[in-house]
Amino acid sequence: MDAFTVVRGPAAPLMLPDVNTDVISPGHTGKGSMALSAFAPIRYLSDGRDDPSFVLNREPFREAPILLAAQNFGCGSSRETAVWSLRAIGIRCVIAISFGDIFFGNCFQNGVLPIVLDERVLESLAEEAADGAPLEVDLRASVVRSPRGATIPFTIDPLRRRQLLEGIDDLDAGLLRRDEIRAFQQADRALRPWIYQVADAGASPTLG
Amino acid sequence: MSTVKVGGRTLVDKIWDQHVVAELGDGLDVLHVDRHLVHDVTSPQAFTTLAERSVEVLSPELTFGSPEHSVTILSGRTEESNDLSRTFVPLLRRNFAAHKLRLFDIDSPDHGIVHVIGPELGLTLPGATVVCGDSHTCTNGGLGALGFGVGTSELTLVLATQSLLQRRPKMMRITFAGALAPGVEPKDLMLDAIARLGADAGAGYAIEFTGPGIVALGVEQRMTICNLAVELGAKIGLVAPDDVTFDYVATRRFAPKGALLDRAIEHWRGLVSDPDAVFHREVELDAAAVAPQITWGTSPAHSIAVDAAVPDPTDAPDDTTARQWEQALAYMDLRPGQSLEGLPVEWVFIGSCTNGRLSDLEAAAAVARGRKVSRHVRALVVPGSRAVKRAAEGRGLDRVFIDAGFEWGEPGCGLCPGLGGVTLETGDRCVSTSNRNFVGRQGTGVRTHLAGAATAALAAIEGAIADVRRN
Repeated sequence: MDAFTVVRGPAAPLMLPDVNTDVISPGHTGKGSMALSAFAPIRYLSDGRDDPSFVLNREPFREAPILLAAQNFGCGSSRETAVWSLRAIGIRCVIAISFGDIFFGNCFQNGVLPIVLDERVLESLAEEAADGAPLEVDLRASVVRSPRGATIPFTIDPLRRRQLLEGIDDLDAGLLRRDEIRAFQQADRALRPWIYQVADAGASPTLG
Repeated sequence: MSTVKVGGRTLVDKIWDQHVVAELGDGLDVLHVDRHLVHDVTSPQAFTTLAERSVEVLSPELTFGSPEHSVTILSGRTEESNDLSRTFVPLLRRNFAAHKLRLFDIDSPDHGIVHVIGPELGLTLPGATVVCGDSHTCTNGGLGALGFGVGTSELTLVLATQSLLQRRPKMMRITFAGALAPGVEPKDLMLDAIARLGADAGAGYAIEFTGPGIVALGVEQRMTICNLAVELGAKIGLVAPDDVTFDYVATRRFAPKGALLDRAIEHWRGLVSDPDAVFHREVELDAAAVAPQITWGTSPAHSIAVDAAVPDPTDAPDDTTARQWEQALAYMDLRPGQSLEGLPVEWVFIGSCTNGRLSDLEAAAAVARGRKVSRHVRALVVPGSRAVKRAAEGRGLDRVFIDAGFEWGEPGCGLCPGLGGVTLETGDRCVSTSNRNFVGRQGTGVRTHLAGAATAALAAIEGAIADVRRN
């Protein structure tokens, strides 16, 4: 996984509530690549051209590495393609009022930093960044530096922070823990044997 | 095992505590996964990663799969019926064979949507942790299981380690007083709740559903309630297991039997929130006051009573919501204040992990019996599993639907995520018993109205949105 330390650049404001993962990464667009499919339902006009009213179609936000969002960003489907789509168009950090829980978890597996900020703080940040003036997100210091120089601290799970800084996903760490998990299962088998004895009563004629 | 709080624990706390393999500090736990359900579309990359890293599945006996997302849902289908299933079904089969995992394949008598067959086969058990690369894994909470969706990376981790790194959620309890009024379905209860509380009300929480309005429901209906927890923003929704649950589980194919079942039930009886359990948020709603619902917009929170008027953005609580409502109205081609009753529709879809179980098909059949689908509507009834299909056919429901002009399909997710070998056109309006009315979800430019099974069946008959209470 790519490490995350400092990201600096324009922050694109997409201040709509409930931007769901079907919108971020639609199941069927006919657009081909993940980069072209990202946000397709709200990014293109009906004739397939870029919709100029969509923020990521406007300079200087086309290459913005930071996205500013409202409530419940990434709600809906668990599809990790939502995070992969953001990566495909160069976004490394999403700052929102709140996130869909599954999307939030998926970000940490892909070197994307999700930051929760208070609505008023976020709105003033969006205002400062509206002309494309660069924001700096510094995970080492756990702060966002606004274009006018304000330093806004954010909170993040210490373990998640360390993983992002070092570029370690859960699988890297989890594989080291397999013996511990087997030991748990061994002990748990005595307490909840029905979980581990998956007996087939054979009520249906065949199995796939 | 982890440190266990004494007294004052919620149902979720109790299940959670039994699954903690290790505490990593700062509230993050390594959580054991008892049942891993795997489907065709979100799993391929996980198996690729396992191969790249030469990792075996840690607990193949706890892993179960079904190809359900990509498959065509029309009668006579095979895996060759559409391009997606031609790729994904054999891929899942190969991956499962390589790791010796149990697959309920497309031609298996146990095939179906994972969240339908998990409970139905007794794989999902009360108090078990159930995980799947699918956000509607919360459906399994209807049996008192702790089910939640994960992305493909976490899915890979579950295959490799039978565990996940998770933060214990905050606890919410939603208590439904009263009983459902005639003609009102569990789906309506949840759409109404989401509209009242908001699509992000449950973010960061696990929700326990309780109260007379819930306890009176059967297991299938409780699954509909829990299925929609994620549309309320919560990864986890569940109902405490009770005798209704135990009776349901007892006869299931893979469920424990005999003395083992007795021992399990004794354990499961302890899975209730303590009287002094602390919830971070408590909500009380009146089930008796809920009317049949229909969504007007592009979020499940955009739900209204079927006889109510479409809201006006000028009445929205704030500017961003007003903007969202305006965009939703434009996408749905509706006007503020408009009535949805009488609005013509082209499609009706009855099925999905929300409403694809036998009780749903019975509710729809009760409306359809002896009547005809409107000539300008294409209506599909898609059982959630082969077992649901067999049971429905045993009761003659297939004849009711076919005689009325509905298509009687084969199990799969189908039109819910805009798949299933059926393509809707831009501008088509579909009344759907599924769970998401998102922009483009059922196809580019397709307008989805979420509703319960009876309301959907009536829309097919009338050719327009209608009130089941006046049916």
